[in-house]
Amino acid sequence: MDALDGNAIAGELFEHFGVEMTSARGSCAHCGATTQIAELRVYARAPGTVARCQGCGNVVMVLTVIGETRRVDHQSFQLPQRPGQSSQCHD
Amino acid sequence: MGRRRPIADPSRVPPGQYLTEDFPVLSAGPTPHTSLDEWSFTVGGAIGHPVSWSWGEFIALPSESIVVDIHCVTKWSKLDATWKGVSVDTLLEGVETEAEYLTAWCDGGYTTNLALEDVIGGKSWVAYEYDGQPLHPEHGGPARLLVPHLYFWKSAKWVRGLTLTLDDEPGFWESYGYHNHGDPWLEQRYQGD
Amino acid sequence: MARAALPGRLTWQLGRVVELRDETPRCRSIALELPDWPGHRAGQHVDVRLTAEDGYQAQRSYSIASAPEDDELVLTVERLEDGEVSPYLTGELRPGDELELRGPIGGYFAWDQALGGPLLMVAGGSGVVPFRAMLRYWATGERAVPSRLLYSSRSLSDVIYRDELMDLAADDGADIQLTLTREWPEDWPGHRGRLDRALLEQVAWPAQAQPLVYVCGPTTLVEAVASTLVELGHDPSRVRTERFGPTGT
Repeated sequence: MDALDGNAIAGELFEHFGVEMTSARGSCAHCGATTQIAELRVYARAPGTVARCQGCGNVVMVLTVIGETRRVDHQSFQLPQRPGQSSQCHD
Repeated sequence: MGRRRPIADPSRVPPGQYLTEDFPVLSAGPTPHTSLDEWSFTVGGAIGHPVSWSWGEFIALPSESIVVDIHCVTKWSKLDATWKGVSVDTLLEGVETEAEYLTAWCDGGYTTNLALEDVIGGKSWVAYEYDGQPLHPEHGGPARLLVPHLYFWKSAKWVRGLTLTLDDEPGFWESYGYHNHGDPWLEQRYQGD
Repeated sequence: MARAALPGRLTWQLGRVVELRDETPRCRSIALELPDWPGHRAGQHVDVRLTAEDGYQAQRSYSIASAPEDDELVLTVERLEDGEVSPYLTGELRPGDELELRGPIGGYFAWDQALGGPLLMVAGGSGVVPFRAMLRYWATGERAVPSRLLYSSRSLSDVIYRDELMDLAADDGADIQLTLTREWPEDWPGHRGRLDRALLEQVAWPAQAQPLVYVCGPTTLVEAVASTLVELGHDPSRVRTERFGPTGT
């Protein structure tokens, strides 16, 4: 099935981080590639939503709704320490 | 909204589920495309020596046609899904092990964990046909695990092997908060349920 | 222009449907009145949430079709045959009904005049929706940079906003180029066939012009177009993409 991209999880990420995240750059813990969140490959039809590195295909982010708890696991996607700063950059 | 129907026979639909006549495609990643020449199935891990079958060998194994209900944790249930495949009992025949658990591993990297007692005794299969046709890649073909008495995330698509383990090792969704066991009749969707 | 997306605020709110308009046999525009709408940037989207009587919820994202300056918020929805949400939005929603949504969302796929250009928009099917917002916004401004839309549809009857796009070309000087992929009138003056390398090379500005490119539509189309543009020498950081998933194009 076709992937979407990070634009599709923009709402969830905004709720989690408190700022707009689609332009935020992070690096893939598996291959080191740096990418903007909007360019991640997103698979949203699953028990959770999975974002993968567009370079190596490994999972970098997993979003779940477990009962009432919404979680964003981005251990494999290293964001700058202050996501707020990077997401306010305009290219 | 959607294509859900009123419950026809409540006793066949676990709590919190909706019936569908479709077969929704859910996936955590791109559909792998492993050629049958490259494909193999391996039972390994905490056993004397691993056992492997090529595709040709696999489909020559004794197979069964089965009709089962399937239940997805995303709340859809599909009744009377027809499959053909090899019983996991057949695949474990002759295997001596002290393992009480196993991990199913798949093309694309997906894993799920199961207790041995949940896959033996006629409870699970590796299926390669659905509805009389070769299993479509988007539904897990060439072959997927089929464990219908548990939520369908345990019926791992694109399965390539079972690794027997002494300890229970959470698989993909289990490590992100989904229930370790996943019995739909006890509504074991998430850890702590 | 109202700067949208105040930090940390993204709440679900109810909009009232004020008008419905069938754009094509499969696409319908929904104009909404929202009391607390903070404004938006062209290219942003909203998340729409439907709740059934039994509590079941389904959520989808839709690009905003209206410009920041427009009075009402407009969404244009394509009906997907096996869809869970689009059949309701395109078939059952009525003026006066309320729709729950949150937004505006997105920053990467937004365009303001400050970002410069030339501005190239490449759309497949319903991927044209955010570009209506961008073109309407562009037309109300100084038009300091040229704008060009290359838009692929199956047939003439599938071209969304056709009259409006022609007006933007005639009245405002936008460069609107359509390509039809499955059927076209005998005397069709536009392009014919898919958005392939030859067509992109012909229509896109040369890479040296350093256009800011936005590509939107079904995933396969977006990826093919984006990679072709990079092959043609465009800077990948100046090619922005938004994938809608598979649709009927």
